[in-house]
Amino acid sequence: MTSAPRKRLRTAFGEALLDLAEEFLEMVVLDADISKSLRTVDFAQAFPSRHFDFGAAEQEMMAAAAGFATTGKIPLACTYAVFASMRTCEQVRTFIAYPQLNVKVIASHGGLEVGWDGPTHQGIEDLAIMRAIPNMVVVAPADAVAVPALLRAALEHDGPLYFRMGRNPVPTIYDEGEAFILGEAVALRQGTDVTLVAAGAMVVHALAAAEILEQDGVDARVLDMHTIKPIDGAALVSAARETGAIVTVEDHNIVGGLGGAVAEYLGEHCPVPLMRIGLQDTFGESGDPTELFAKYGMSPDDIAEAAERAVARK
Amino acid sequence: MAHDPELIHRLERKANELRRDVIRMTCAAGSGHPGGSLGAADLIAALYFHVLRVDPENPRWPGRDRFVLSKGHACPILYAALAHRGFFPRAELDTLRQTGSILQGHPDMLKTPGLDTTSGSLGNGLAVGLGMALSGRLEGAGFRVYVMLGDGDCQEGCTWEAAMKAGHERLTNLIAIFDYNRSQVDGRTWDIVDLEPVAEKWRAFNWAVREINGHDVADVLDAFGWAKGVSGRPALILAHTIKGKGVSFMVDDPVTWHGKAPSREQAERALGELEREVTG
Repeated sequence: MTSAPRKRLRTAFGEALLDLAEEFLEMVVLDADISKSLRTVDFAQAFPSRHFDFGAAEQEMMAAAAGFATTGKIPLACTYAVFASMRTCEQVRTFIAYPQLNVKVIASHGGLEVGWDGPTHQGIEDLAIMRAIPNMVVVAPADAVAVPALLRAALEHDGPLYFRMGRNPVPTIYDEGEAFILGEAVALRQGTDVTLVAAGAMVVHALAAAEILEQDGVDARVLDMHTIKPIDGAALVSAARETGAIVTVEDHNIVGGLGGAVAEYLGEHCPVPLMRIGLQDTFGESGDPTELFAKYGMSPDDIAEAAERAVARK
Repeated sequence: MAHDPELIHRLERKANELRRDVIRMTCAAGSGHPGGSLGAADLIAALYFHVLRVDPENPRWPGRDRFVLSKGHACPILYAALAHRGFFPRAELDTLRQTGSILQGHPDMLKTPGLDTTSGSLGNGLAVGLGMALSGRLEGAGFRVYVMLGDGDCQEGCTWEAAMKAGHERLTNLIAIFDYNRSQVDGRTWDIVDLEPVAEKWRAFNWAVREINGHDVADVLDAFGWAKGVSGRPALILAHTIKGKGVSFMVDDPVTWHGKAPSREQAERALGELEREVTG
C-alpha cells in the first residue's frame, strides 16, 4: 500500500475533462477563480469557449449553472467543498435540485485532509448538507482511477449530482479500467468479523486498518461506498448480516455524512453495533494531514480500534 | 418613436385584464402577493403580448426568448399572462397555491408550462438569466433573455455579482427590467436600504440604462426597442412603478399589500375600480 503510486484526484479530474469533452458536447465548465486549483486549466485552454470563470462569485456561478442547464448544457460547477455546500447551498437546492436540473457540482478540498489552509477551507459538513437535499446524488471517488469512471457515470446520469474530492495525492488502489456503477459499493476486501464502510480519501485508511486487524485475528470486510446517496443498502444489509458489526470511515464530521447515512439505513433495516470514524463533531485546524488524522482520531490505528470495540459489542 | 395607437390600447386593456385576474387569484387563494403583481402588469403585458418571441404550442422551443421573474413572488401576474397567452387554460388560475395546483406559490418550472426557470428566492434571477445568455451566445442562438428585478433583488449581493460579470462580458442578449417601486416588506426602501442612486450604480457596472415610467405603455415599448438595439453592453430598463397600481387602496398602502390577499369585499372593490378604468 505505501509503495502504490499517489495521484491527486483533482489532477485526474482535470485530465478526464479533456476526454469527456469530446464525448459530452454539451458539457461546459464553470469556475469561481480557482480553475488552477480544480485543475480545469487544461480544459479551459483546449475548449476556451466552453469554459466560464466567474471570479470569486460562487453564488452567481451556481445560479448561472442552473441557467445553462435550462438551455440543455451540462454544467460542471467547480469550487471547494466548503463553498459548494454552504456559500452556494441555496442555489444548489432551490435552483438546481428542486427543478431537477442536470448540473454537476464539482467539489475539491473536502475534509480535514486539506490540512495547512485550515478549517475555513476544510469542508467537513458538505456530505451531510448535500445528502439532505432531495434529488441530489452524492459521490466521493476514492482514487485517481475512480475519478474518470465516476465522472463519466455522473455525466451519464440525468440530474443534479455532487462530486467530492480531497486535496492531496492519494495512493491508487484500483486497476485501470475498473468499472464503477453509481449506487453500487465496491467490496475491496472480503471479511467475516466486521465491515469497514469508507469513502473518498479514507478508503485507503480503511484498507490499512484491515491489515492491522488481520494481525489481531480480526477479519475485516472493506466497502468503498463511493455513492453516499443513494446509498447501497443491499451491500450494507449483507455486511450487517454476514459480519455483524460496522465501522464507517469518512473525512467529514461524524454527524450526517456517510456515518449518518449508514446509521439511518441499518437502523431501519438491520441494526448492528456501529462506530463512526471521522471528525467527532469538531472543527479541525491547520497542519500536516497525516498528523491531523492521528490527532483527530482518524488514523488506521483509530479505525482498527473502533472495529475491535464494535466487534466486542456483537 | 411613434407606436401604433391600436397596439398601445390593446396592451393597456390586456394589462387591465391581467390585473383583474391577479385580484381574483389571490382572493381565491387566500394568500399571495398582489401589490408587486399589479405594479408589474404593464411591463408584463408588453413582454408577453408584444416583445417576447415565444410559442405557447411549443413552450420548450430552443430558439425562444427567455423570461426570468427574479421577483418571483409576483408570479400571479406572470401566471395570468401565461394563461392569457395560451400556455395553459385560464381556469387553472383559480387554483393558485392550492394543493395539487400547477401554479405554485413561487414559480416552479416543472409544474407550470411556459416558465423558463424556477424562482422566488431573491437575488438569483439575474445570475440564472446570465447563464442562459452565456449559453445562447456560445451557441450563436438568437434568443434574448429578459430578467425582471425588484427592490429586494437589488439589495441581494448575488444580483451585483451577475451585473458585474454581464458588464464584463459585454453581453447584448441580456436585458434587465428593474420594476422599481421602492416598497419592500418591512417598509419603504428609503427607510431600510435606499437603492439610490440607481441608474448610476448600473452604469458603473457597465450597463446601459434607460429610465421610464413603468405604467406608460408607449414609454415601455420605446424602452424595449432601445434595449434590443444597445451594443457592447447589457441593458437595464429602470421602470419607475407604483406597487398596487390600478387599485387605490393598495396604492395608498403598498407595504401592507406586498404579501396580503384581498378579502372578498376588498376584491370586489378592487375589481370595480379596474372595470371602471376600462369603461371610463
